[in-house]
Amino acid sequence: MILLDRVSKTYNRALGPSLDRISIHVEPKEFVIVVGQSGAGKTTLLKLLTREERPTSGKIIIGGIDYDKLKDKDIPLLRRKIGVVFQDFKLLPNKTVYENVAFALEIVGVSNKEIKHTVPKVLDIVNLKGKEKRMPQELSGGERQRVAIARAIVRQPRILIADEPTGNLDPKHAWDVIKVLEKINRYGTTVLLTTHNQDIVNKLKRRVVTIENGKIASDRAGGGYKV
Amino acid sequence: MRNLSLAVAAMAVMVVTLTIVLFSVITNASFVNTIAQITDKIDISVYLKDDVPAARSTQLVSQLKHLSNVKQVTYLSKDDALKRYERQNADNPQLLAAISSTANPLPATILIKPTDLNEIKDIKSYLSRPEVKQLQSDDPSYSGDRKAAIDKITHATNVLRQIGVVTVAVFSIICALIIFNTIQMAIFNRRDEITIMRLLGASTSYIRGPFVVESLIYGVLSAIISVLIINSAFLASSNALQASSLGLLDINYASTWFGNHFISLLGLQLMVGILIGTVSSTIATRRYLKFKTK
Repeated sequence: MILLDRVSKTYNRALGPSLDRISIHVEPKEFVIVVGQSGAGKTTLLKLLTREERPTSGKIIIGGIDYDKLKDKDIPLLRRKIGVVFQDFKLLPNKTVYENVAFALEIVGVSNKEIKHTVPKVLDIVNLKGKEKRMPQELSGGERQRVAIARAIVRQPRILIADEPTGNLDPKHAWDVIKVLEKINRYGTTVLLTTHNQDIVNKLKRRVVTIENGKIASDRAGGGYKV
Repeated sequence: MRNLSLAVAAMAVMVVTLTIVLFSVITNASFVNTIAQITDKIDISVYLKDDVPAARSTQLVSQLKHLSNVKQVTYLSKDDALKRYERQNADNPQLLAAISSTANPLPATILIKPTDLNEIKDIKSYLSRPEVKQLQSDDPSYSGDRKAAIDKITHATNVLRQIGVVTVAVFSIICALIIFNTIQMAIFNRRDEITIMRLLGASTSYIRGPFVVESLIYGVLSAIISVLIINSAFLASSNALQASSLGLLDINYASTWFGNHFISLLGLQLMVGILIGTVSSTIATRRYLKFKTK
């Protein structure tokens, strides 16, 4: 589902590579946690996957799409196949919960009828039923993040990338978000989660890839994480 | 529309630009008409001797008709010439009396209307050929003073036309720059939303669309406003001033011409407005909505 083969990314030659020959293979329906200190290269890794950045060298194939052969004009098509959740939610402040989720469908030209059919179902999955008309600023951080997750999965992507989704949340809300991610994974979506929350990693007992100084320090199934 | 003042400024400049475009077009049409009218009155008069046989003068008329640059040839017999003289001097009894009392002194005349006033050399040389020259009682008259006037008007028109083109060009560029700036600001104001749209996989045209549409709306509204401005200017000048001309500009004609060509002029304005809007916003979005990755 996700294949990185000796991928390197260097922003500035003087500072050395941010990612150094990273190779990861993620199977369909897997739940993979990427851990590492700030600056270890987690965010760079995700930006390579969403094609916000190009690798300096190495090969990336996601869902059968070879990034070397991907034209700039086809980047939107790629991004429609990947759901992304950000640490800072990136919700539109002037739109309601419902509208924020519907937005992801609108921009790819889904009909209103289908939007009306799909959005409530997805809001139900993330346990936000009844909050459709709230504005983002009226919600707690955990709720906002679940709106963002709803928006990321409303197009039923096969891959969901969550970049420190619990980074700004207190433990209780963080767990609400993680539970939703597990639920989505059970429905068959490949989930790639980055975090530096030791507690979450240890409780989830999933495959853990640790990145240190741009290199893979360990890659263990059902692994734990120590800071 | 959060940057309202900027939008208003963009619209205002666009209205000014389009009004100048429209004014130039109308003025040009009016000048062309003025020149055509005056040119039409100008002719070359060839005076024939009284003893030229009718067959020879008929032949001369048909030969003149075959010259290039000849628009029209009219033959006036001695009687026709007299009638024309009487008609032209109907309000001057003294001049009338001077002629009607004696035998008709007016020569038979051939009036030649050239197509282009500046190219009458061929006609001149033909008229000065010996076999043609010997038929004439006097040198041909070239309505010389009128030609000088026409030259002046033509020259003035050309200068004004050039000024018009330059003004339109300058204002179009200023206008495009301001729209460009407005769109740039609009993009800046919505950068978060644009980032999100892009991350969610919105296509380039989907993101660009609203900005291009925004400047299209400026173009369309400005076109309509500029046409309304010119229209009310005509109404005001005809009602209040009762002026029929403003120097070289024949307001009555211009007003009529504007009325007759209203639809095509409105179309022209819309076209120019839409063109300026689309070009500037396309460049702005290309430049500031970076779609390429590093």
